[in-house]
Amino acid sequence: MFADYSWSELGSIFAMQGFAGLVLFSVFVLMALGLAIIFGQMGVINMAHGEFMILGAYVTYLTTNVVEAVVPGLMPVSFFVAMVLAFFAAGALGMLVEMGMIRFLYKRPLDTLLATWGLSLILQQTYRTIFGAREVGVTLPDWMMGSLPLTDIIEIPINGLIVMAITLAITLAVAFIMFRSRFGAQVRAVVQNRAMAGAVGIDTERVDRLTFGLGCGIAGIAGSAFTMIGSTGPSSGQLYIVDTFLVVVFGGATSLIGTVASAFTISQAQSTMEFFLSGSMAKVLTLLTVVGILMLRPQGLFVLKVRR
Amino acid sequence: MTAFLNSPKKTELIGFVLLAAVILLVLPGITDAFRLNMVGKYLTYAFVAVGLVLCWGSAGILSLGQGIFFGLGGYCMAMFLKLEASTPEATSIQSTPGIPDFMDWNQITALPAFWEPFHSFAFTILAVVAVPAILAFVIGFAMFTRRVGGVYFAIITQAIAAILTILIIGQQGYTGGVNGITDLRTLNGWDIRTDSAKTILYFVNAALLLGVIGLSMAVRSSKLGRILVALRDKEDRVRFSGYDVAAFKIFVFCFAAAISGIGGAMFTLQVGFMSPTFVGIVPSIEMVIFCAVGGRHSLIGAVYGTLLVNFGKTTFSESFPELWLFAMGGLFIAVVMAFPNGLAGLYKSHAEPLLERFFAKAGERRVGSAEAPAPIAE
Repeated sequence: MFADYSWSELGSIFAMQGFAGLVLFSVFVLMALGLAIIFGQMGVINMAHGEFMILGAYVTYLTTNVVEAVVPGLMPVSFFVAMVLAFFAAGALGMLVEMGMIRFLYKRPLDTLLATWGLSLILQQTYRTIFGAREVGVTLPDWMMGSLPLTDIIEIPINGLIVMAITLAITLAVAFIMFRSRFGAQVRAVVQNRAMAGAVGIDTERVDRLTFGLGCGIAGIAGSAFTMIGSTGPSSGQLYIVDTFLVVVFGGATSLIGTVASAFTISQAQSTMEFFLSGSMAKVLTLLTVVGILMLRPQGLFVLKVRR
Repeated sequence: MTAFLNSPKKTELIGFVLLAAVILLVLPGITDAFRLNMVGKYLTYAFVAVGLVLCWGSAGILSLGQGIFFGLGGYCMAMFLKLEASTPEATSIQSTPGIPDFMDWNQITALPAFWEPFHSFAFTILAVVAVPAILAFVIGFAMFTRRVGGVYFAIITQAIAAILTILIIGQQGYTGGVNGITDLRTLNGWDIRTDSAKTILYFVNAALLLGVIGLSMAVRSSKLGRILVALRDKEDRVRFSGYDVAAFKIFVFCFAAAISGIGGAMFTLQVGFMSPTFVGIVPSIEMVIFCAVGGRHSLIGAVYGTLLVNFGKTTFSESFPELWLFAMGGLFIAVVMAFPNGLAGLYKSHAEPLLERFFAKAGERRVGSAEAPAPIAE
């Protein structure tokens, strides 16, 4: 399969596909981080995670449209305003859902899965009723468009770079929150031993609610970032939910580093193969490999050692 | 009479007889041929729901990929029917006569090797049961011997459903792609598209379903069934008692898969095509909701649940397509939050005490059972 290409072409192909893989990696990390917090830390399966992402995307769409119509001068920074709004909108909805539904189901993880699936259907139909069935795109400010030529063949799209920068910032922020802040210490305490955490005075219910809200908020940011590279429809969220869950499980559900590592592996494998095989076969092969590895090593790549 | 109703085995038997009466007499009696065919289609989903009652209700294994097995069974049957429909005479206008039309459209010039055995009807019947069961064995063996269960199992099965759908859609030349395998005509020379054939197939399907339910009842009331319940509630204790937990789980998963395969094959026969829309994640989860609405612990309830949800779906999507997803989503949430035991649970908590009081009052007086709501056995 390599015979038709010269060495320099091959190098460029790998560089370009590698970059496409890096963008995919960023998107996976953004999607999976929120899920890793909710699923890994709390053990809750949130099948509506994709719909929280889409909420973020729609908030971005609305915000940029409003800014464009009312204060066109702010357009260059509208995207970042939208991203913050997306975080709070998705986070607030997440906390409401936790209060109304999830907290009654912590002891029944499989039932949470069904209930959140129901929630995802309702959210999808809500989006369809409000925004219509057509996919919508966000108007990006001019400076985010275009690409930087690196060599004759290699061109780096700017929006990809921005997505990567956002991912880096969010990942660092999450790492800081989880491992350096008081709240993170409380979350980890609750995960490792709920009863003891409660006994030392941590309000475990409040921690649960905020953790769930944080995870959903990050999903909102992911959706917002996603509008830079694709359009958004009411059922776009469902397309990503399986990928995202596999990323989280493959990385080892309780380990955030594992999530990043597995997002990297899966996205690079997929985008490199996509060039040589058809898109669907690349996806099938990637997913099969991941499922195969999970069958051999069910605990995932990285395991958090906790005595229970 | 009260004692008679209280005995769980007898209740289940009465429920079974009533269910048989409903699907064999009442439904064919009150519906025309078109609607009956539709009911028959719903009843093929009930095979999956019955499998899920065993798998999820009894043994606590939630599979979100039962559509895989339904689809495999359906595709096996569809491949046989397609080969029968693609005789060299019937396909003489193709550039390669004698192969299915979609292969010809995709520039495939010879029948792929894995299609060859499906010329044989006996092999097809075997494959309908065996292919899903073997795949379930591979998945189950890999997962259960490594003690993977619960939500991880659910996610992996879901991923496999996604893989299979992408594969079927991607390999258009071999599988018919997104349209699936269509234009199926005859089964061993017998035209399955006529109304009379559809009515006969309905009764074959109903009889098979009742047979499967009977078999599942036998499994549940045997010692094996009790071990399944035990390992659902305290897996470690069963393991410490010396049982090979994985073997039991693999068995019940394969059993459910084989049942689903039969359902899929009957689906293909009655509806006349098979497509990836019945394989993927969404149909697989919908099948779980059929089972949950009926009551995850009740074999008979699963059938009523399937019928109810599908009637609801058809009615809603005919008149208010907008509302259907809201209703479906609400149903998921309600069935989890408010009625975890579904219709069967409602029957047990509301209808059964009423019935008992009724029978206690009636005493020796003869009462007709026709007025009573259809009991759903627990």
